[in-house]
Amino acid sequence: MLITQLKKKEELLPFFKENILLIACFGCKEVHFPSKEYELLKAELKTLNLNISGEIVLDYLCNEDYTAKRLELYRNEITKAGTLLVFACGVGVQTLAALLPDKTILAGCDTFYVPGFSGFTPTSYDCEQCGECKLGLTAGICPLTACSKGLLNGPCGGTKNGKCEVSKNMDCGWEKILLKSKAIGEPNPRIKEIVSIRDYKKSFS
Amino acid sequence: MRFTELTKNGKFIVTSELGPPKGFHIEKALHEAEMVWPYVHAINVTDNQSSVMRLGGLAMCKVLKEKNIEPVFQVTCRDRNRLALQSDILSAALFGIDNLLLLTGDHTTLGDHKDAKPVFDLDSVSLSHMVRQLEAGKDLAGNPLEGEPPKFCKGAVVSPCAEPLDPQLFKMEKKIKAGIEFFQTQAVYEVEKFAKFMKSVKEFGVPVYVGIVVLKGPGMAKFMNENVAGINVPQDLIDELKKDKEKTKSGQTGIEIAARLIKELKPFCQGVHLMPLGWDDKVPQILKLSGVTAEK
Repeated sequence: MLITQLKKKEELLPFFKENILLIACFGCKEVHFPSKEYELLKAELKTLNLNISGEIVLDYLCNEDYTAKRLELYRNEITKAGTLLVFACGVGVQTLAALLPDKTILAGCDTFYVPGFSGFTPTSYDCEQCGECKLGLTAGICPLTACSKGLLNGPCGGTKNGKCEVSKNMDCGWEKILLKSKAIGEPNPRIKEIVSIRDYKKSFS
Repeated sequence: MRFTELTKNGKFIVTSELGPPKGFHIEKALHEAEMVWPYVHAINVTDNQSSVMRLGGLAMCKVLKEKNIEPVFQVTCRDRNRLALQSDILSAALFGIDNLLLLTGDHTTLGDHKDAKPVFDLDSVSLSHMVRQLEAGKDLAGNPLEGEPPKFCKGAVVSPCAEPLDPQLFKMEKKIKAGIEFFQTQAVYEVEKFAKFMKSVKEFGVPVYVGIVVLKGPGMAKFMNENVAGINVPQDLIDELKKDKEKTKSGQTGIEIAARLIKELKPFCQGVHLMPLGWDDKVPQILKLSGVTAEK
């Protein structure tokens, strides 16, 4: 967990599907997790008559092996859930999305930049701590770190055989996003509608 | 003249491409442009093509304008942030440039300054949105522009023969929603595949100008098949290039293939975009042989 801030509920509401399962990561909380705000949001969601089917609290969601084992314990809840709303840093959300490839994952937090700190667990997922998490729109694959150009609006024309023009060893991040979105019955219509432009102010906080 | 008006008037658009030199002596480039100009509606001027540093595209466009040659100003997002991009687009308006081709751009590591910082502050979609904002009299931050806003015809690129095609269609639709008014395509060598692509984009209602890259030999075809995204040269064309080495070396086989492709692809699209890659002197012959002329 890096420095995170909860997304506004207005940003999340349009994407909820039936049976929302909350997943919160309290790992590396010595940095910062907005616990108080999280409790408030949870209470607020309950008053909105949203069907919240449960809550899973974990440490170090970014630790793939550990998280995979923990998720086993909640297999039924996860199967029934229409939306997994994840409160974790970008690395945590990506780890979970990769472990549950057929689920709709929504990022509940934005992750902000902390100098000299990039998580405790070595992982294959990277979070640029951009402060405006897109993972809920992009099937849990980060367009900033999975695309060599960090493109926010779809693939460039440089993909050949699923690989990036920069290296034949690097997958095209956007092809992965779109294929996975299709597999889980998306893409989220909004990803087609909106023109995303990065706000670099949020990287300098 | 803006392509949108030409297309509205039922014209089949013919364009070619010019790469500015590595240096500031433009005589050769200008000569090539003057040779091609009688046969085309406009000439695209590339923007540090393939991430290789060259003379600026905007300056080259201005010189073409002075010679009454219609340029298409190609703009990529690789080398400039949103301030520099807007600034250059406004400069293009000052020079009377009507047509833009808005691209994301190749990665810096593909070119001759592999250690450069790749910018990509915007991408082809947000760049189009940005130009649309300028046309509405505002900059990207929402600040008002002074005086009459600029007006362009905004183009973008698409790869009709890419596999899988869905990601291309996704991006194409986003580009259109962001204001794109025409498409020039990656090189096409497969007529059936292109026809199928045109069928699936018909509902978008945006003109498509098919891309033609002249084949210089079997080696080039094989290289593109292995390394260039969205391009597949079928084996029968490679065999045709191999058949008569002298004819291929002189460029005649490449000319014949290009002309034949134009003839076969023409019924499916609204224009053709030639990328001669240094073989600019072959453009007139290709067009004459294909029976396509730029009605101005």
